[in-house]
Amino acid sequence: MYLDLFITFFKIGLFTIGGGYAMIPLIQQEVVTHGWLTLLELTDFIAVAESTPGPFAVNIATFVGMEMGGLPGALITTTAVVLPSFIIILFIAKAFTNFQQNKWVQGALYGMRPVVIGLIAAAVWLLMSTGFISEGAEIHSVDDLFSALQYLEIIIFVIGSFVYFRFKLHPIKLILISAGLGMVFFGVLPMFY
Amino acid sequence: MKEKNDYQEKLLTVFMTFLKIGLFTFGGGYAMIPLIEYETVERHHWIESEDILDIFAIAEATPGVIAVNTATFVGYKVAGFWGSLLATLGVVIPSLTIISLIALFFQEFQSLEWVGYAFRGIRAGVIVLILGAVVKMGKKGEYTPLTVLILMLAFGLASFTNINVIYLLLGGAVTGLAYQIWLNKKISNGENSGEDK
Repeated sequence: MYLDLFITFFKIGLFTIGGGYAMIPLIQQEVVTHGWLTLLELTDFIAVAESTPGPFAVNIATFVGMEMGGLPGALITTTAVVLPSFIIILFIAKAFTNFQQNKWVQGALYGMRPVVIGLIAAAVWLLMSTGFISEGAEIHSVDDLFSALQYLEIIIFVIGSFVYFRFKLHPIKLILISAGLGMVFFGVLPMFY
Repeated sequence: MKEKNDYQEKLLTVFMTFLKIGLFTFGGGYAMIPLIEYETVERHHWIESEDILDIFAIAEATPGVIAVNTATFVGYKVAGFWGSLLATLGVVIPSLTIISLIALFFQEFQSLEWVGYAFRGIRAGVIVLILGAVVKMGKKGEYTPLTVLILMLAFGLASFTNINVIYLLLGGAVTGLAYQIWLNKKISNGENSGEDK
């Protein structure tokens, strides 16, 4: 079983390009067909993985390993999911120093740089459209939109933007501040009305 | 002897930095980009601000977890093989520890109300961070009609379709190469009148 866990997560690490959510379909397929988790358990865990630190694929590898084979299982799956990246990047990093100034490499990178900026901007858009509008709301008019807006989340975003950009905070401080604001807005405030 | 100590110190710094990155990034993937950028470019000056975009491009275009790919790459650039190993371990250890604990108490964790409140706040905060990364890296970008078009296309397709990001990166690479070939032709045809590209 340990070998099976290793091979499966090695495969997941090797065949998912783009990281993050691009990995979910393959993880789902492998983990469910092996009978390691049911689809429902996996969905529950995806929510947990989103609210714990660290890369999603590593989190889920550790979780499945832990469920199936305790700590040794977790160590095996985590190593397996990371190993392909590690080996591939090591070779690329070695070669990159030599090839970075190559005309063709520069040409390809010239086209890839704006894609990366566009992708990160798209991540902001997707997080806003899912985070600031309540889930499952049907929007047919401007009124619908206003009633579906998650005002507290938007207020945290605005306060966070202000302190982060104005005072050039360390990213970790911003995370801690927004965690605190979350507890105040969603935990403390409802006690008073 | 002193050199050896310096190297060990560097390895330790690399490890601690990526441990911190692994510990404080929620949501994975894109959420790590701002913190990695801050720590490696602005704080430790390991990576030139012009190079960090290239590293993210490579990390996304190669298999595996983006944060791990970036950690391995930066670790190698800073301190060779051992640097890459320690950076990768650093970024993975927090997940490994926390998730192992959660797996033991999965049911209880799910019902921790206040953890849920904190994370609703964090989710809003993470958007600020990623927005900051867009602004920072956007400032470093080279803007020509072609790159602006690529940027808008990548943004639009990634936001409103389910296209796999790898195709977008490949498309960008091919366009960039084609542009390079076209430039070369232009130069060899002698049409190059004082352009220095």
